[in-house]
Amino acid sequence: MKTLLEIEGVSKSFGSVIANENISLTVKEGEILALLGENGAGKSTLVKAVFGLVKPDTGTIKINGTVMESGDTAAAIASGVGMVHQHFQLVPVMSVTENLILGDEPKRFGVVNIKQAKKEALALSEKYGLEVDPDAIIEDLPVGMAQRVEILKALRRDVKLLILDEPTAVLTPQETDELLEVLRNLAKRGVGILFITHKLREVMAVADRIAVLRGGKLMGTTTPKESSESKLAQMMVGREVVLRVEKSQAKPKEVLLSIKNLRVSDDRKLESVKDLSLEVHAGEILGIAGVEGNGQRELVEAICSMRSRLSGEVIVKGQEIPNLNPRAAHLAGVSHIPEDREKHGLVTSYSIADNLVLNRFDQAPFAKGWIRNLEEVANNGESLVEKFDIRAPDAYLSAGSLSGGNKQKVVVARELSQQLDVVVAAQPTRGVDVGSIEFIHNQLIAARDAGAAVLLVSAELDEILSLADRIAVISNGKIVAIFNSKEADRNTIGRLMAGLAS
Amino acid sequence: MKLRTSHYLIFAFLAAFTYFYSKDGLVATSVLYTAIQFALPLALAAMVGVMCERTGVVNIGIEGTMLISAFTAFFAGAILKNTVQGMLVGVFTGAMMGLLLALMAVNWKMDQIIAGVILNILAAGITSFYYRQNYSIPSTLDPIDLPVVGAWPILGPVLSFHGPITYFGIFFILALWFALYKTSWGLRSRAVGEHPSSADTAGVSVIRLRYLNVTAAGAVGGLAGAYLALEAVGIFERGFTAGKGFTALAIMIFGRWNPLGALAAALFFGLTQAVTNQLMIDEVVEIPPQFINMLPYILTIVVLAISAGKVRPPAAEGIPYEKEKS
Repeated sequence: MKTLLEIEGVSKSFGSVIANENISLTVKEGEILALLGENGAGKSTLVKAVFGLVKPDTGTIKINGTVMESGDTAAAIASGVGMVHQHFQLVPVMSVTENLILGDEPKRFGVVNIKQAKKEALALSEKYGLEVDPDAIIEDLPVGMAQRVEILKALRRDVKLLILDEPTAVLTPQETDELLEVLRNLAKRGVGILFITHKLREVMAVADRIAVLRGGKLMGTTTPKESSESKLAQMMVGREVVLRVEKSQAKPKEVLLSIKNLRVSDDRKLESVKDLSLEVHAGEILGIAGVEGNGQRELVEAICSMRSRLSGEVIVKGQEIPNLNPRAAHLAGVSHIPEDREKHGLVTSYSIADNLVLNRFDQAPFAKGWIRNLEEVANNGESLVEKFDIRAPDAYLSAGSLSGGNKQKVVVARELSQQLDVVVAAQPTRGVDVGSIEFIHNQLIAARDAGAAVLLVSAELDEILSLADRIAVISNGKIVAIFNSKEADRNTIGRLMAGLAS
Repeated sequence: MKLRTSHYLIFAFLAAFTYFYSKDGLVATSVLYTAIQFALPLALAAMVGVMCERTGVVNIGIEGTMLISAFTAFFAGAILKNTVQGMLVGVFTGAMMGLLLALMAVNWKMDQIIAGVILNILAAGITSFYYRQNYSIPSTLDPIDLPVVGAWPILGPVLSFHGPITYFGIFFILALWFALYKTSWGLRSRAVGEHPSSADTAGVSVIRLRYLNVTAAGAVGGLAGAYLALEAVGIFERGFTAGKGFTALAIMIFGRWNPLGALAAALFFGLTQAVTNQLMIDEVVEIPPQFINMLPYILTIVVLAISAGKVRPPAAEGIPYEKEKS
């Protein structure tokens, strides 16, 4: 087998942060190399360097034996590198065909030949068995479909080396399995594949070789046969990690959160939560499993009163939450760990200590009348930074300077350090490293054991399966089934998530 | 629904026109002729906005671009005693203003609103400081008597006998529409304005395309300025453009960043102004002229209020592109 890609001694730093330090790797024809590492381990930086989106400080990248000019995307494409990005590189308002041909359009005298482009698109999707509608507009497509377009875009350029940056983060289990199958087929055709992920299960399932990065350094390469999930996790984090969440039997009590006939519309004014009813008891974690975009976001925002309800009621401890009044929801006892922590969870320019009192800065003991009690804010900040293991030199640093995992810990610390009645956690471990995930999971279980009703929304089925006591499956704005976690089965839930009757 | 509204508008227009034409044919056609003259600089200026914003650069310096280009076009024309050369100087000046905006907005990643304000202040300052009285150009650009079309009934006197910049301008707007939606330049430009990192990862240089389009748009703004000084009026005064560059932004939004839409919106603005002018001349209505002069600005506010929240600007406009962040 010929060597396709040779990375030799690549280093890259952003300011004082070292993203890559002296990394050397190879990928051969027809080989699937999984690049494994926590968030911030430098995986994305490394593959962006290969694709010419980032200029390495030192080191060389060879493709097919030729040294690549650093930071030249067009040259990387020309020599057969294709990339499927973590954030899809698709123009949302354009059609599938237009996205496929962008940058290399079939044309006559500068005029795009859209008919021929469509034919090409169809031929391509047939050749690789990736079915798409060439006329569909990207923003109307489900995520899995958009990803197909992204892969087709790379295949159209006749790729020899395909790079995928966390491709499964947004997929259902079924879509993930399909994708892994597609990758195996491509490898059989001789395409070299560089596959970034932090999901151990996928690595074990599909990789020929595994390279593990930690803190910008290559910790070693191994194969699925020589390794195991727990060994890989240890390589990634640098210490032993408990992959299984350990928790005691739930002791559910009275209903704390009850949702009755809730209807909510999304940003496009389409009804996305349809007559949904749900009850969460004190002392249990109810997990909502579903493919993203099936109404979870609107459901969470409606419970927290951040989004207008078309009809229906949200009742916390017997008290109805008024419409569009997040403050009232908070005072009624709803803790909210939002999906988008940068947008709804933190004021990134404020200090960590201020962020930790963001929802109670005007209440005792943090204020006396109109005057803030900064001493209390500081004490609270310091104690929570320690208790919640927020890795920061002190509590007065701006929250924006923290890493993703630590930002999330700030939000979790604030929301879980108050009187706990109802906890709404939306994607609480998204973009968070393995070590912090373990910590956040334990905090949620502690909240449950302290008698809170926890509603957990996550696109990661594994997270739901390991944390939840009951699992509700949401599809197209409706709860289609509720399981006790003991009787829950991965495949059945996956089918329900995809909208298929089980 | 949208279609129906525009159908009603066209119907109302035709009915009103038939009524006025039956009363006085000469006046009715001359109002339409004037409407085109009022509309053209607005339409061209709106193209500046379309070309910039479609590639993701906000240009609020259209006013300044037009003002300084009208200034250089007029004085170059007067000093060289050649109107056509004056026009070319105006176009060149506009291109330079575009280049300056590209330098600030694309290279230095400045706030694009501030960059645009700089263009406007620069133009206002230079044109009033160097303004001199008692200059004149040899003649305005000669109107062209269109063959065949000129002889048509009703439409002939409306469409014929405009100046060369008017005809070129309309041709340019049609060509721009075609280029934007049918050529690879257009596909790439729109991609850069909507989602620049997709274009970049597909091997399209975001920086180069933004430079090219913003500079070319500046040249179009220069042409619009030259039109005012050399074709429409034949003089230059301080503050000559009177906010047309800002009205053009409203027209661009009203036309949904589409060249043909903006052309239609500009014609609507032009027609409104031509009709009120005629009403004043006829003394049908007794409104103080100050109020009539307010009309374009009031219409701008109304149009923006109607369009607000309904139209969707290019997603990446106003955001400098940073490659390493992607």
